Amino acid sequence: MIRINVNVNGNLVKKEIADNTLLVTLIRENLNLTGTHVGCDTSQCGSCVVHVDGKSVKSCTMLAVDANGSDITTIEGLEKEGKLHPVQESFKKHHGLQCGYCTPGMVMSSIDLLKTHKNPSDEDIRKGLEGNICRCTGYQNIVASVKGAIGKV
Amino acid sequence: MASMIGSKVERKEDKKFLTGKGRYTADINLHNQLHAVFIRSPHARAEIKSIDTLKAKKASGVVDVLVGKDMQDDKIGGLIAGWKIVSKDGTDMKCPAHPPLATDSVNYVGDHIGLVVAETLQEAKDAADLVKVDYRVLKAVASTAEAMNSDVIHDGIEKNLCFDWELGDKAKTDEAFSNADKVVEMDILNNRLVPNAMEPRASIGDYNSSSEELTLYTTSQNPHLSRLVMSAFNAVHPEHKFRVIAPDVGGGFGSKIYPYSEDVIIAWAAKKLQRPVKWVCERTESFLSDCHGRDHITKCSLALKKDGIVTGLKVDTIANLGGYASLFATVTPTYLYGPLVLGLYNIPTAYCNVKAVYTNTAPVDAYRGAGRPEATYLIERIMDKAAKELGMDRADFRKKNFIRQFPHQQCLVHNIDSGDYDAHFDKALNLADYTGFEKRKAESAAKGKLRGIGFSTYIEACGIAPSAAVMSLGAGVGLWESAEIRFNPTGNVSVFTGTHSHGQSHDTTFAQIVADKLGVLMENIELVHGDTDKGPFGMGTYGSRSLAVGGTAIAKACDKIIEKGKAVAAKMLEANVDEIEFKDGEFIVPNTNKKKTIGEIAFACYLPGTYGEIKSPLPEGMEPGLKETAFYDPVNFSFPAGSHICEVEVDPATGETKVDTYTCVDDFGNLINPMIVEGQIHGGLAQGIGQALYENAYYDETGQLVTASYMDYCMPRADNFPEFRIDYTCTPATSNPLGVKGCGEAGAIASPPAVMNAVVDAIGTEVTMPATAQKVWKALKEKSKSAKKAA
Repeated sequence: MIRINVNVNGNLVKKEIADNTLLVTLIRENLNLTGTHVGCDTSQCGSCVVHVDGKSVKSCTMLAVDANGSDITTIEGLEKEGKLHPVQESFKKHHGLQCGYCTPGMVMSSIDLLKTHKNPSDEDIRKGLEGNICRCTGYQNIVASVKGAIGKV
Repeated sequence: MASMIGSKVERKEDKKFLTGKGRYTADINLHNQLHAVFIRSPHARAEIKSIDTLKAKKASGVVDVLVGKDMQDDKIGGLIAGWKIVSKDGTDMKCPAHPPLATDSVNYVGDHIGLVVAETLQEAKDAADLVKVDYRVLKAVASTAEAMNSDVIHDGIEKNLCFDWELGDKAKTDEAFSNADKVVEMDILNNRLVPNAMEPRASIGDYNSSSEELTLYTTSQNPHLSRLVMSAFNAVHPEHKFRVIAPDVGGGFGSKIYPYSEDVIIAWAAKKLQRPVKWVCERTESFLSDCHGRDHITKCSLALKKDGIVTGLKVDTIANLGGYASLFATVTPTYLYGPLVLGLYNIPTAYCNVKAVYTNTAPVDAYRGAGRPEATYLIERIMDKAAKELGMDRADFRKKNFIRQFPHQQCLVHNIDSGDYDAHFDKALNLADYTGFEKRKAESAAKGKLRGIGFSTYIEACGIAPSAAVMSLGAGVGLWESAEIRFNPTGNVSVFTGTHSHGQSHDTTFAQIVADKLGVLMENIELVHGDTDKGPFGMGTYGSRSLAVGGTAIAKACDKIIEKGKAVAAKMLEANVDEIEFKDGEFIVPNTNKKKTIGEIAFACYLPGTYGEIKSPLPEGMEPGLKETAFYDPVNFSFPAGSHICEVEVDPATGETKVDTYTCVDDFGNLINPMIVEGQIHGGLAQGIGQALYENAYYDETGQLVTASYMDYCMPRADNFPEFRIDYTCTPATSNPLGVKGCGEAGAIASPPAVMNAVVDAIGTEVTMPATAQKVWKALKEKSKSAKKAA
């Protein structure tokens, strides 16, 4: 067992966890933040993307202990005072989600993409989201959602 | 109030999903819950000689290790095939016993041997490694093509043949072929796919020993039918004390229609152990144990007149069912397939023979389109080949054979009520700039690239389905749908449907129908589905049926509400009932200022005679309350159709195919919410283009699934697609009052042949799906080798 301190969505969390606890397990099982999803076992699908110190990370591929001392933002941490984050708002406006399962990871990856590319082309967006699989939308409305949030992140 | 039908309304369900508040089965944790892990067969075919669970049972945290014999002792029944197919010799289809936990033999890698239940998931996983199964490994039958000539895998099922089914007039079709000026033949392979809903399956069983109620939370498209099957056939628990909840479900695409072994086992284990039991599937486990789709091998031929008129079609298909016959497995390659091989062409005679075989692979069942993509693929591929062999333009050849009179009774099964195929094809040809293709081809050639164009003019049968028709063809249940509209006294509305939304946006579109019919604001309408305790029995969501059948049931229930409301309004407004008109949520007496809102009527219905009223507002003898139920059994299937045009560019140096443009014009009848329809098309296209270029479930000769993770099974990604160009035409369906036809599967049905016709046009030689870079490169090399030889 190992003790870790992390800041999750603005809340200080102190937990004693098994050494082999994955970050996604900490988030889902220990903190009950079930918006972060697990869609594969091989770090391919991106359903579990969260931000660790502002950068998108596949939380199924990081040990919780490696996040010790970090600021973590999950999908639950984006809405501020009842107002959706501009990327969340844009996904709603452009029908960028259907079943909703890949959505949290897709939104977290999109925010990171828009932070690193201030004015991305369609191609930049499509390449930038290559690590996130969606089976419902055919990606077109996800691309539109990201485009709709350019300049708002 | 503006009409809500036809409006691009943003989705009611979005906010919870966007803020991480969706509640999927794996997100649910119950007090005192145990965790379960399945022991699965590592062999494709083996006898089980013994299972030693002693060590595992003693391991830390383990509560029990359950095996097939425990289920037998508790008299739990096996899984069923829900649609009886009769072979051409008059014999019934042959289905092997399918126990949820195998007792004597295993028939595919991933088949279920046992369940380890422990206090924590880690303890369950660790203990699973301690279960020792002694197998006698047998030679696997893994090939669809060879299945009939291989070892018999189920005792008594000769040639591994479930059925040998036929449709159509063989003699008349043979005659058409002997009178033909030209016969075109083609071998078609429809590759095996894994549905891959992003949410892996999961189940949680919860037994209340006080009330004797059993609850199963599960990832289902179809909770009512799951409960029925698990009660009536698996004998897990009586239906009236059994609740099945399908909460938010992360995609289905067919793979979550049926109750799986895991559902039966988890429900039974929770009852047996008297504690909640939770199981969540891992992705590789999904690849191994979810039902797969497609997997057909077909020989087909087309009889033609010199002028390009098609006079006959013959189809001979081997369909792989996998290790057992799953719930809808037998209807998928028969009645969902055979009638559709005619496409939207006026073909006077046809004959279709389907042999369904068992192999040592995962069960194959309905996957987005179910039978209709396989049918569309073969007719659209052979139409292309025929045009080329006749030296005709492929667009002209198609148009020459379109159906133009409606209703049209096809020579096989369907009576198509409506359509205008020239309209959508002309629109698509324009939108895709067909006339400019040669110029674009020359531009590609100048860059060293090969450009091709492919068409797919398709039809499908949706709105599944008229009960009498399907039951006469072997269905085990009718396929009507139910709805209940429940006004609450304060005027807001709960709408109950027997369908299930797992991405289809029913919360929004069904509310649009109710808002439009009853004049109630969208925010005052709540859709309730996915819980057998809450709404009336229904048949679930698949086959683009939810709107055409379920939506119509909702509209009919609304009509009943209006009818009752009119009677109440007449009494309250002191008018005759036939004077009352209902519009935009108000009951009015025309040419007077007398009116009551539907909210006032609802209030009066629930509180008759209170608040100082001396007389009840309700007509004499009328029951209080404002709640109506409707069941709708469709009079016919609906027939969406459309024209899809794909242009690809192939790099001959690498064999890589890029979809350069994709254009579709679809006729789905009336649209309730065009934004949501568009999303359905996009998703279907991605799956269909995925089938054509990327996806393949590949079993090796020993029956091992080689592509059992996202490392090996190529899922389409955002950068695999161009921006799709989408437009519509509209001929409203006549088979339902909403005039809707269904749009959920069209993209997956239409796109594989559009893409493959374009690839073959580009490279000038045949290639099978998926047209991967390697295959295309090899095909080009073969082609140039043969050309050199010929020279």
